[in-house]
Amino acid sequence: MIDKLSWIAVYPEIVLLFMACLIALTDLFVTNPRRTTTYALTMLTLALVALLNGLYALGGQTIYAFGNMVVSDAMGNWLKCFATIAVMVTLVYGRPYSGVRDMLRGGELFTLGMFSLLGMSVMISGNNFLVIYLGLELLTLSSYALVALRRDNATATEAAMKYFVLGAMASGFLLYGLSMLYGATGTLDVNAVFKAVASGQIKHQVLVFGLVFVVAGLAFKLGVVPFHMWIPDVYQGAPTAVTLLVAGAPKLAAFAIVIRLLVEGLLPLAFDWQQMLGVLAVASLFLGNLAAIAQTNLKRMLAYSTISQMGFVLLGLMAGVVNGNVLSAANAYSSSMFYVVTYVLTTLATFGVIMLLAREGFESEEIADFAGLNQRSPLYAGVMAVCMFSLAGIPPLVGFYAKLAVLQALVSSGETAYLALAVFAVMMSLIGAFYYLRVVKVMYFDNPITATTVSAPLDVRAVLSINGALVLILGILPGGLMALCANAIVQMLKT
Amino acid sequence: MSLLSLAIWTPIAFGVVLLALGRDDQAGAVRWLALVGAVISFLVTLPLYSGFKLDTAAMQFVEKSMWIERFNVNYHLGVDGISLWFVLLTAFINVVVVIAGWEVITRRVNQYMGAFLILSGLMIGVFCALDGMLFYVFFEATLIPMYLIIGIWGGPNKIYAAFKFFLYTLLGSLLMLVALIFLYTKSGGSFDLLTWHKLPLSGTAQTLLFFSFFAAFAVKVPMWPVHTWLPDVHVEAPTGGSAVLAAIMLKLGAYGFLRFSMPIAPDASREWAWLMITLSLIAVIYVGLVAMVQKDMKKLVAYSSVAHMGFVTLGFFIFNPIGVSGGLVQMIAHGFVSGAMFLSIGVLYDRVHSREIASYGGVVNTMPKFTAFALLFAMANCGLPGTAGFVGEWMVILGAVKFNFWIGFGAATALIFGAAYTLWMFKRVYLGPVANDHVRDLTDINAREFLMLALLAIAVLYMGLYPKPFTDVMNVSVNELLRHVALSKLN
Repeated sequence: MIDKLSWIAVYPEIVLLFMACLIALTDLFVTNPRRTTTYALTMLTLALVALLNGLYALGGQTIYAFGNMVVSDAMGNWLKCFATIAVMVTLVYGRPYSGVRDMLRGGELFTLGMFSLLGMSVMISGNNFLVIYLGLELLTLSSYALVALRRDNATATEAAMKYFVLGAMASGFLLYGLSMLYGATGTLDVNAVFKAVASGQIKHQVLVFGLVFVVAGLAFKLGVVPFHMWIPDVYQGAPTAVTLLVAGAPKLAAFAIVIRLLVEGLLPLAFDWQQMLGVLAVASLFLGNLAAIAQTNLKRMLAYSTISQMGFVLLGLMAGVVNGNVLSAANAYSSSMFYVVTYVLTTLATFGVIMLLAREGFESEEIADFAGLNQRSPLYAGVMAVCMFSLAGIPPLVGFYAKLAVLQALVSSGETAYLALAVFAVMMSLIGAFYYLRVVKVMYFDNPITATTVSAPLDVRAVLSINGALVLILGILPGGLMALCANAIVQMLKT
Repeated sequence: MSLLSLAIWTPIAFGVVLLALGRDDQAGAVRWLALVGAVISFLVTLPLYSGFKLDTAAMQFVEKSMWIERFNVNYHLGVDGISLWFVLLTAFINVVVVIAGWEVITRRVNQYMGAFLILSGLMIGVFCALDGMLFYVFFEATLIPMYLIIGIWGGPNKIYAAFKFFLYTLLGSLLMLVALIFLYTKSGGSFDLLTWHKLPLSGTAQTLLFFSFFAAFAVKVPMWPVHTWLPDVHVEAPTGGSAVLAAIMLKLGAYGFLRFSMPIAPDASREWAWLMITLSLIAVIYVGLVAMVQKDMKKLVAYSSVAHMGFVTLGFFIFNPIGVSGGLVQMIAHGFVSGAMFLSIGVLYDRVHSREIASYGGVVNTMPKFTAFALLFAMANCGLPGTAGFVGEWMVILGAVKFNFWIGFGAATALIFGAAYTLWMFKRVYLGPVANDHVRDLTDINAREFLMLALLAIAVLYMGLYPKPFTDVMNVSVNELLRHVALSKLN
């Protein structure tokens, strides 16, 4: 029998599922090309879901539901709350952009967006290999469809094909690795796997064999070198609204499954997976930063920048267990969580500005399209500049504290190798500063090519201003969000 | 709100208001608001001097509250005899710079003025911060407004200069960031500067820390051989940017040596003093010679800045009270003098749009009032007794002779080079017959320029004739610092 508590744990997901179906049906009767009704319903639903998740997170309870299949804990609830808000913000930015590109027809942007959010929620709260996998597939299938939303656009279709082929392969990797682990431990339950591995009864080779495939699958989802090939093409090829839907919130979900699988499930193998993450991180920082310098397309540049930023997230994850000692684990994992959350915040504003500048028949995705933006609109240039300095890790913007937290986790381990990694990471962020500064340079130092004024609907303007201001405000007062991440991770580790 | 917070946040608040409100069609109002903001920001720093207690080396006007709980970072401010004058100097130069940009800047006036006001608040923050992370945040944040100032209002090659400035200094400070985190770990989770001063450290750790700090501060000072960014940046930066860069930003580096390198790694500082002294002497002598052959006035003053800052680092690393105090006095004097030199060049540049020495000649015939000011500043730059430039250089040389005669001798020769390149430039630009039509058409300085130069001239003369208020403030703190550095912290 399924007890009542089980249902409470998944209320947000149920609301989301029900409303996504309802909105898909409602949209059949909407004729308005701007899809105002659908949009309003979607926003209401997402606001409700965000509120529910936020309340659960504030409650701080940990509930295991449906025979340990799903878990509702502080970390998961915060991540779901942030992911929901991220999808909301994406749709606010994306609606005018999609409207002029005839992408709102059928309301698919909204319903698919909600289904992908549902996938993320399931990933985040999954406590069982198969549940996590189901969530992941729901997210990626929705994403494939979203990328291909503009059927008549060749680059978008190409990006979707590439995404699908590589993504299916990565899912295969992950599933194969999980099945190996299942074979070795005899269970799909994350906590049971942990116990089985910790007992030391199981053959190490089999576990590591499975682990390699799991890490490869996760690396693909995070988009780190050498599993990064899809990122630049999808970022560039997809319509910008969809790019943001793929680039923003899913990073939070990917982080969550890394934590669920590697930390909650396979922490006893930390020595092995930390080495793998180390290699991936170094390669990502190196290649991501160097390749980004060569880009002239802003979306493609941001794609490579993502790769390097994810390298930083991995650095935080690999500093958790030092010499078999898990004392610094909370510190390290919460630094990564803070990094991901602030990264998503910054990415939202960045792509928000890109969409804002796009007009009918003009994408505004070349860096040169931003020339002289400061003269056309000081506000949006300011938002973009704040984001660029934040991504470069210049204080007093939030990106600096994210880097600081990760570096602190590395240095405090006391290992010389980790200290060297920290020095390597800061050197790479120096290279990174160059291409972020170039965007600022184009906006502030160059003269505008066009004199068209930048106009945006009130909601976009308001949300974008708040979003940009948050990057700065969280940079001046980062304490609250840091404490939130730390508490969430501490609670997760306790159970 | 306490005085130091007021000194930091008043200019920043005015700057933010300017950024938010001003448009170019209201440029007049924007300028007045900026001036009011700068003057108020200067006035709020004055009680710091009048309320400063001369008989203690402890930090004064201390403010402390938790900032980032997770890393135990505090909003911890305070000044002692070493930092007090720089707070006032920064606020003072800011007023002068606002006046200097009055008519010259016509595009995006609000952003220009806003950037300078915010920059001044951030730099005051660097001088007041007593928490390692707070210091770093202020130290790095200054790069953003300066980058924009150079890039938006700079000369033809401004983009190269802006990038060189940003990346060069970022490289140095990133290494310092790792050092700060290392100290945080070593001290058991504290970013408190005063705790770090007492923290025992092994010889290797001290050496590594010393060189990490060296990377950040030597680039900023700049010391030979990492000074190459300075001439490029000075040439392209707008006049106000050059003035602030030379007058204040370079001091952030020298100040860092006193606040971080020497007290945190005293054993390494003594061990590597020979290196610092050598580099300083090279800066003083060799860069002085390089200055002599420059054709561009701004480049000449930029190299002269490197040479003068060489005196500062030389004074610090001979570890005697008169040397360190001399270095500090030299920093303040150089703030006034180099600021004045760059503003004078700006006065000429606004009229003729050339920085080449060869484009001028006989300016005295058409601009007598201006030439009088320029002569005073040139004399101060050579270190003529009675001007600000003399006091610091003389004290450093005195200290160096005490330490080792030949080092003092080497430093003293630099005075000759200093006089040579400055006076030779003065002769070629201002004296002689009128060289060309541009010079013939020059009009003498107006009331605004007169006010700006007069403010600096008063400061230069006052400091030269009566340096006691400056040295009195420093004495106790400098002695305490040297006593601390003399003790070994090895464990």
